[in-house]
Amino acid sequence: MTSPTTMGKLTFDAVSPGVGLKAALAQPAAAVLDRIAASGLRGRGGAGFPTSVKWSMAAEADEADKYVVCNADEGEPGTFKDRVILSEFADLVFEGMTIAARVIAARKGIVYLRAEYSYLRRHLESALASRREEGLLGKRIGGKEGFDFDIEIHMGSGSYVCGEETALIESLEGHRGEPRNRPPFPIDTGYLGHPTIVNNVETFAWVVCILEKGAEWFKSHGTVKSTGHKLFSVSGDCSRPGVYEFPMGITVAELLEEVGGQGAKAVQVGGASGQCVPASQSDRTIAYEDVPTGGSIIIFGPKRDMLEVARNFLEFFVDESCGQCTPCREGVPKLLEGVQMLQQGACSMAYLKELCSLGETMRLASKCGLGQSAPNAFVSIARDFQDEILGRTGFGRRNGSDG
Amino acid sequence: MKDDLVNQRVRAPKSQTVRTVEAIQYAKARGETVTLTVDGNPVEVPLGTTVLEAARKLGIRIPTLCYHDDLCLAGVCRVCVVEVVGQRTLQAACSYPITAPIEVRTHSPHVRRARRHIIDLLLSEHYGECYTCNRSVGCELQALAMEYGVDFFRFGRLARPRYEIDASSHSVVRDMNKCVLCRRCIRTCIDLQEVGVLEAIGRGNRTKVSTFLDKPLADVICINCGQCINRCPTGALRANDPTDDVWAAIDDPSKHVVIQTAPSPRAAIGECFGLPPGKALTFELNTALRRCGFDKVFDTNFAADLTIVEEGTELLLRLKRALAEGDKSVALPQFTSCSPGWVKYIEHFYPDYLDHVSSAKSPQQMFGALLKTYYAETNRLDPRDVVTVALMPCSAKKFECNRPEMCASGYKDIDYGLTTRELAKMIREAGVDLPRMPKSEFDDPFGTATGSGVIFGATGGVMEAAIRTVLELVTGTKIEDLYEHADVMPVRGFDGARYAELPIRAVGPVPPLVENLFADWDWLRGATLKVGVCHGTANAMKVMENIKAGGRFSQCHFIEFMACPGGCLGGGGQPTPTNPEIRAARANAIYAEDRSYEVRKAHENPAVVEVYRRFLTGGPCGPKSHKLLHTHYTPRGKYIA
Repeated sequence: MTSPTTMGKLTFDAVSPGVGLKAALAQPAAAVLDRIAASGLRGRGGAGFPTSVKWSMAAEADEADKYVVCNADEGEPGTFKDRVILSEFADLVFEGMTIAARVIAARKGIVYLRAEYSYLRRHLESALASRREEGLLGKRIGGKEGFDFDIEIHMGSGSYVCGEETALIESLEGHRGEPRNRPPFPIDTGYLGHPTIVNNVETFAWVVCILEKGAEWFKSHGTVKSTGHKLFSVSGDCSRPGVYEFPMGITVAELLEEVGGQGAKAVQVGGASGQCVPASQSDRTIAYEDVPTGGSIIIFGPKRDMLEVARNFLEFFVDESCGQCTPCREGVPKLLEGVQMLQQGACSMAYLKELCSLGETMRLASKCGLGQSAPNAFVSIARDFQDEILGRTGFGRRNGSDG
Repeated sequence: MKDDLVNQRVRAPKSQTVRTVEAIQYAKARGETVTLTVDGNPVEVPLGTTVLEAARKLGIRIPTLCYHDDLCLAGVCRVCVVEVVGQRTLQAACSYPITAPIEVRTHSPHVRRARRHIIDLLLSEHYGECYTCNRSVGCELQALAMEYGVDFFRFGRLARPRYEIDASSHSVVRDMNKCVLCRRCIRTCIDLQEVGVLEAIGRGNRTKVSTFLDKPLADVICINCGQCINRCPTGALRANDPTDDVWAAIDDPSKHVVIQTAPSPRAAIGECFGLPPGKALTFELNTALRRCGFDKVFDTNFAADLTIVEEGTELLLRLKRALAEGDKSVALPQFTSCSPGWVKYIEHFYPDYLDHVSSAKSPQQMFGALLKTYYAETNRLDPRDVVTVALMPCSAKKFECNRPEMCASGYKDIDYGLTTRELAKMIREAGVDLPRMPKSEFDDPFGTATGSGVIFGATGGVMEAAIRTVLELVTGTKIEDLYEHADVMPVRGFDGARYAELPIRAVGPVPPLVENLFADWDWLRGATLKVGVCHGTANAMKVMENIKAGGRFSQCHFIEFMACPGGCLGGGGQPTPTNPEIRAARANAIYAEDRSYEVRKAHENPAVVEVYRRFLTGGPCGPKSHKLLHTHYTPRGKYIA
């Protein structure tokens, strides 16, 4: 399997492994944390939780056993940027994990690698082996007395929900991959009940860059609330799909221009669990405060059938819901049925409204992020493409009294 | 003693939520408190209390479905969602620990809409008609639908069943069409009982509760305890119901139908008729059963006394071989055998220890064997026409009475096992208003019973009854002189596993009952009888592991094992719902009944003495009693074909 095409130069190309770690070892752990806090780095997996806050809470936990977990279960439809990072910049990821271990005082790191990336395992193992040889992993890292840390790779088994951090931890422990109740959060009660930080592959790589180039450099890109650059996996109806690095805060229109996707009808930002932005709103920015994403950008050209798009995403969630909580387990199939009814012209306005209201319940009452975001695509398509999807019904605008 | 049991190997995979409970308990243990408001009402609670607990403290009702007092938290049904001000999403009240002064709203518009949607969604996938469901009226899903005014199937309903009903087991019937995936049964099986037969398989709406490789329940290592039935909120789990067969026998004039009633159902059956827990209806029930058409009504306590004499003698024989003759091959400690759930558990999980299990049958089976022999002979009945029915608090008893080894007389010792719930249904069907029945006595010749038999129903009861008899036989001293009111307090209580030492300071002459077996008791003088008691198979596992590791329990002489938490009064055939308070109330009823008896020691029961004099002439553990009242066990292991 070949890696997806990387479009243009990436910051990671110019970062040499070792520098960031050396900088981290030269200062107290608290100072490293301060620098990450100053950079404003937020989780690159998509939820955007401030990295420094997560780390400092884990650092404060008074326990001997702590864990650093790298979430490499890149399962969001349309995301493939972690594959590029792991193939080409594995050293940065491992180095970022080592810095995290230094900050929170962990002794063990685990990379949870998605089953479909098992072909990368040999490459990653050899990268780990050479780091051990260089004294960058193992006992007394960088000659620092008492700083022992090593990383192992744990294979996933193909479940999407295991990208959710508590389900990931359940899976690591050998259980059925299902999200836990939160609180308590992993930073308090994580892997085997110990404080654990779970971060995305890309987050770890950016930490290394921040330590090498400084928080100010990082902060100088992006928006106030969403600092720095981010990798995007661009696919769909555009002329130049691939992995891009853009500053946070880029507008949808700018992005479409860069990738050759002008004239698109809509852009799915954030994968199946993300939002569907219609062309009319292409001035919206891709940032945590507006349209957040873990990196997935799927472009729908003018000829795409939006009901098909909704059906595709919902079929995905029907398969991937863990089946634990009611709103997600039973709600997603109801939304899918709704799409099929719309396709047959058999869904009344009243029922469509009911389904949108159900989507709101799913967003509020589901146990984890999967169920909370599963209705997103349906709800935004039902809202923004009402003319298109109702065009097929006998209950469209002309028969509006039904709603 | 407790330390003795910690850090044991965990066998069954703990379902994921146990740690959450531990985390909460940890915070509680620190003794800090926090003040929150629920619907504007302030309340101070220990740090780590859940929102549900805090609301209950204020008398505010939050509906629940997957939550159960006995089980670890799951937070999966989402019926109990509430709004925690400042949180982006709704939170499950049952599993949200309070760590900061939060503001909770339990019935805001979002919350009410979400609950209604969730109930609608559950109903859309729930196949089954309430008219034909045995849980109707007692069903928690039905109650929720009523509470939230569900008046139509908003998201449709299933037109046909999705799953075949699994009625393979003598004890538990599973109808997954009615399952709402609250996973209480899974948590019961894995976390409460640590048997681990049930687990969720599949994902999304294809998720279902299943057995190993989706095999029928009869083919897996289910111990038939029925604890899952007691905790199922709907009619998805029920006991295998033989009431039609029992009615048919009653209606057949050529059949002589006798029923024996055990103490635990008598202490609980009132709950099926709207009475509060803890009101025993023993003598009202006698009248009711006669009105239903049973020819004779007997008291299982008689057989319980017989069991104590047999099992106690067996223990003394084992002790004699070990202590007086120095025989190292004797299997000690001796384990009790009256809980059929426990017997199946040890057959599956610790088959190497089967020689420790007393060969004495359970009271139910002993009674059956005598009914088809001694009773039939004395009443000139053809045993073929005697139909024996047992009212038990237990679903595993149904399996037990169908064991092939349980027909030493040539006939099935017991033909039908009825649970408390099933008998309540029969009584209602007969138009009998149980709580208002006049009282009447049990039938002779087994009418006289002792308190020792009654307390079999509570955890520690078998042990206490055995101690009363064994100590009196050996010391020649009245047990009342050793323990006030004959209450052997060291073995009572609700701790999961208990250990007690009972010194034998002096010995007396050998009583006539066992004089053919023992010449004297000198070998017991100055000895200390060490006993253990445990209930719930999770605790049984801890005790067994302790024995394997050579711990304190391996030094015991006699250990009582009960498969169900609380003992028989919490059995899998008892009325639903169940929780620790209900079980404690039933236990109080049982101990109160014990105190009401004049004769409280098994070996003093005149009916027992009479049976040994007239029928079991070889005495306890003699040849005749061995043939009829003792049995053997099957090492089953965990291999599933």
